[in-house]
Amino acid sequence: MSRRALYSVLFLFAGAAQAQLHIVVTGTGSGATPLAVVPFGVEAGAAGDPEVRRIVVADLERTGRFRVVDEAALPQRPQRAADIRFELWRGGEAGHLVIGRFLPAAAGRSALGVQVFDVYTGRQLAGQRLEVPEGRWRALAHAAADVIYEALTGEPGAFSTRIAYIVVVGEGRDREWRLEVADADGADPRILLRSKRPILSPAFAPDGRRLAYVSFENDRSEIYLQWIYEGRRERIAAHEGINGAPAFAPDGRRLAYAASHEGNSELYLLDLDTGRSERLTRDSAIDTEPSWFPDGRSLAFASGRAGGAQVYRLDLADRRVRRLTFEGTYNASPDVSPDGRTLVFVHGEGGAFRIAALDLASGTMRRLTDGRLDESPSFAPNGAMVLYATQAEGRGVLAAAALHGGARQRLAVREGQVREPAWGPLNRPAR
Amino acid sequence: MTRLSSVFLLGFLLAACAGRGGLAPEEAWDAAPAEGGGADVAVNPLDEDCQPPCAFRRADLDDPTSPLAQRMVFFDFDSALVKPEYEPVIRAHAQYLLSYPDVKVRLEGHTDERGSREYNLALGEERAKAVRRMLVLQGVPEAQISVISFGEEIPLDPGHDESAWAQNRRVEFVYDQMP
Repeated sequence: MSRRALYSVLFLFAGAAQAQLHIVVTGTGSGATPLAVVPFGVEAGAAGDPEVRRIVVADLERTGRFRVVDEAALPQRPQRAADIRFELWRGGEAGHLVIGRFLPAAAGRSALGVQVFDVYTGRQLAGQRLEVPEGRWRALAHAAADVIYEALTGEPGAFSTRIAYIVVVGEGRDREWRLEVADADGADPRILLRSKRPILSPAFAPDGRRLAYVSFENDRSEIYLQWIYEGRRERIAAHEGINGAPAFAPDGRRLAYAASHEGNSELYLLDLDTGRSERLTRDSAIDTEPSWFPDGRSLAFASGRAGGAQVYRLDLADRRVRRLTFEGTYNASPDVSPDGRTLVFVHGEGGAFRIAALDLASGTMRRLTDGRLDESPSFAPNGAMVLYATQAEGRGVLAAAALHGGARQRLAVREGQVREPAWGPLNRPAR
Repeated sequence: MTRLSSVFLLGFLLAACAGRGGLAPEEAWDAAPAEGGGADVAVNPLDEDCQPPCAFRRADLDDPTSPLAQRMVFFDFDSALVKPEYEPVIRAHAQYLLSYPDVKVRLEGHTDERGSREYNLALGEERAKAVRRMLVLQGVPEAQISVISFGEEIPLDPGHDESAWAQNRRVEFVYDQMP
């Protein structure tokens, strides 16, 4: 039931954006596992679309963890478990096999059955019937990719998620800032807000239904909270000076942000129920860009307290601050991984700004990207990939890099500059 | 009689006499001396548009040959330190603001596109505040100055090289009644 309720909510959007994001694969992963995905069948009385398999394959390959073997090389095309002759698959490239078929569904619904097998043991690793409102093939494909990904990695897939980002179109007086959301693969972009003044720093609430962001619509930076599916919004921080860098706590009821009304940019914690703000930092240098650790008890943030920008960790219980980054003269815009073990951030070094990952236990840092002006890293909710903003041919575009394996791709938009990506939460069943 | 009751009485008398032509002005003058002052004083402001230091004509703001035409202060990367070469620019604007207390200026802080946007938003404000501090040190009342940061959002030069970035790391003086 929950999945059904969820998908119907997902499509209550209004106003499609003209500018579709196109994915360009710019780097391939090393050590991607070969996987066989048999073209899906269509049961009598059911409807299907070949596009679904194509999207499933694109989703899986985008992670850098899988390489789907050429359709022409498949030894057979089974559509039911009983039809699989495992001996034909053993010794082939792929150690795992995915089959699927579109199933009859109630009026107004579309359904797909998907199964994942280990070729050598013949064991079924996953089998699920997925349902969406009729013809929502993209949603069906992403849900199937989630099932397959989880069966093969043990981690949830993040394909049925959404991303938010800012697009800037036009020049001079005609310039317009847009807050958009799209599927995690860049498809189906929708405009949530247009403004003649800058918009920045979109941040999803953990429920995926609200976005906080910074808008200059009153000629200064103020923080707004917008209900994505209702269009309702509220101004939640408009102190004198700057108001920026909103970050929802894991409980969704508190929001960390930066404001400068008591001197310079400091971190604050806003209780969304009471509307009361509490000051968290006290320092004469810039403190900004909070990112929550998953337990909700501490924050990573950027501070200029050591001269240049570096990333620190603030413990909310005792307000103690510890420095986390030491390599390079500029480290900012931190994002904590969903498991709390890794930190990604903008790392400036030798005149270039790249996205780097820091393993918090070992203190080992490595670069994930090789651009010159990379910024705004945002973890996928399953921690497998990092979305970020970069420049390509002089334009702002979004790109995604696998945390492990080196796969990278670019999400290019037809017009304008794309920036400030934020990856939304996993779609959890409504409670 | 207390001041309050005398004022009240005066008001009553004024009202009572209104129908019959009212009090002569000198009678009212006698009855209500200026606050804290003695009788028979008259205070007149010196009616001058330009106040000391009166360093500029009001219209100099629009004169491209005036030092006030320089409306930008530029900064080094990740720095909010005002370089000595910009002190004359800031001094000229301080003199102008002191000369015309009704004029308000908005200091808009900007950064280049490098690094992170939110950090740059804070850095832009640091830059604008650094300029404000120098104006205030020269006597300009804070009430005449407002500060805003746009971070890296409004570049002067849209390019992606050092010459563009140098133009974009700036504080702009924006006057209310600018053409």
